[in-house]
Amino acid sequence: MVDLVRDDKGRPLPLGLEQSASIPQMPSELLEVSMGPHHPSTHGVFRMDVVLDGETVTRLKPVFGYLHRNHEKIAEKTSYIGSMPYTDRLDYFCSMTNNWAYALAVEKLVGLAPPDRAEYIRIITAELTRLQNHACLVGFLLQDMGAMGTPLMYAFREREKILDLFESLSGSRMMCNYMRFGGCRVDLPPGWLEQARRVVADFPQFLDEFEALLTGNEILMARTQGIGVLSKELAVNASVTGPMLRASGVNYDVRKVDGYGFYPRFDFRVPLGDHGDCYDRLMIRLLEMRESLKILEAALRDIPTGPILNPKSKLRNFKPNPGEAYGRIEAPKGELGFYLISDGSVSPLRYRVRPPSLINLTILEDMCLGHSVADVVVILGSVDIVLGEVDR
Amino acid sequence: MLGEGIIKGMVETARNFFGSYHDPARFVTIQYPEQRVPLKENNRNFPFLVFDGADTEKGLRCVACKICEKECPPQCIYIVPERDAHGKLQKHPKIFDIDISTCMSCQICVEVCPFDAIKMDQEFELSTGDRFSNLLLHKQDLAKPNDYYHKIHPTEATLVDAQLAKERQLAAQRKAGAGAAPASPPKHAPEKLVPVG
Repeated sequence: MVDLVRDDKGRPLPLGLEQSASIPQMPSELLEVSMGPHHPSTHGVFRMDVVLDGETVTRLKPVFGYLHRNHEKIAEKTSYIGSMPYTDRLDYFCSMTNNWAYALAVEKLVGLAPPDRAEYIRIITAELTRLQNHACLVGFLLQDMGAMGTPLMYAFREREKILDLFESLSGSRMMCNYMRFGGCRVDLPPGWLEQARRVVADFPQFLDEFEALLTGNEILMARTQGIGVLSKELAVNASVTGPMLRASGVNYDVRKVDGYGFYPRFDFRVPLGDHGDCYDRLMIRLLEMRESLKILEAALRDIPTGPILNPKSKLRNFKPNPGEAYGRIEAPKGELGFYLISDGSVSPLRYRVRPPSLINLTILEDMCLGHSVADVVVILGSVDIVLGEVDR
Repeated sequence: MLGEGIIKGMVETARNFFGSYHDPARFVTIQYPEQRVPLKENNRNFPFLVFDGADTEKGLRCVACKICEKECPPQCIYIVPERDAHGKLQKHPKIFDIDISTCMSCQICVEVCPFDAIKMDQEFELSTGDRFSNLLLHKQDLAKPNDYYHKIHPTEATLVDAQLAKERQLAAQRKAGAGAAPASPPKHAPEKLVPVG
């Protein structure tokens, strides 16, 4: 005779379900998953040691360094201008802003001021960089959520136009190597401004399209709202910067706080988020693109003629007086800073990068705890990292 | 209504899909080896050496001063200057190699060259089966005529030619002046011309 298994009210359970009665009592076992380094959603060679309880993340350890290439030490052995092309390769999406941050640090070190036209060109290129970076970030984030291709391809279509502008200006699409200490390398080629004005004039249409595609999408909202909430206090304590910090509701933008370059001359607002979740981080980027367009319109209208390089600037035998300087800008990903100590020789004694991607990544665990493993991908995507900058 | 946002997005996708068949601005596909997009004038790839006249060897502007070798960030240039029978240095490179597998196309060699001897090429079809010897370019591979430079970077080449003519004229004047009157302090190379947009 079969020994029936009974439930807690004494009723016999149907045959074959004896096992299920004992499931609630079964001790759950933690599972350690290594996400990456070759995982399509990690945006490069980046690994996360995720400890899962079922599908819930109980611990997460980001592991980076796979792309480390000794950038800072190389810069300490080469001339000041020699590290300019290497800065292109930090955050390879935004080489113009990387160039600017490094040039700004050296200019602070030696007290060089770029001419007016160069300052305008810098603002134009930096804001174009911000446009393409944010557009691509949104595209990548949606790709991670499973919107295969469509938004990413729309973003890349726009990025192509901006990269064409960069190519006709600097000769290279991504590795621009365009800024110099005290100005820029070459002047704008003929017709460049008209082309840039056209790109800027067409961009709002793309943004409207993008917003129609995304903003009200129920799947997107279900996947992002309330996911990966980053509190204001934690964001400030972890020195998170850029759109991530502003999505948590902290009004801090280096363009406003520091007023480097000619940014104080431009009228733009700093969009702020309210909840600090993934949805806010996504929307902040869309709003920032609108503000960038305002800056671009004004800059392309007001750009003066004149020289583009300070005559005191030089490439060879560039020896700043002993001293130190920290130059920082609002890169698309956050505060990008270069800290330089000069001992009066041709190469810096100490060269240090403050990479926004790396510092924004440090609070990944706090944002992921308690969410499911599928949300980790979305949260990581909303941080906006480029591994070239994280590892250097 | 639930799903309204998704339908709105689908309409946008459909609009884009049909647009890609009708909007001429969106016919972006290029059948590459047969069709080509003209390269931008500023486009740069790897450096080459400019020579004037017809003689590849004698016309080289390079004087083997080794400034580019010193300034090159990835150290991909290797130069040995020519020496005559007495071991005296000649203003001519004996060996001029560029390892384009290391070169990162940063253009710093072009900017530091005081003789406008090295410029950026636009040749990009460089694939090869042997990555060691075929990517190490020697002097004879690198030397290209000034006409070629005019062809790929017309604006820049015109400016460079004007600059060089001016320098030659100044040098001739100085030489003529040195014979007659006590020479005025030698004037340094006039400031570089930059293309104006």
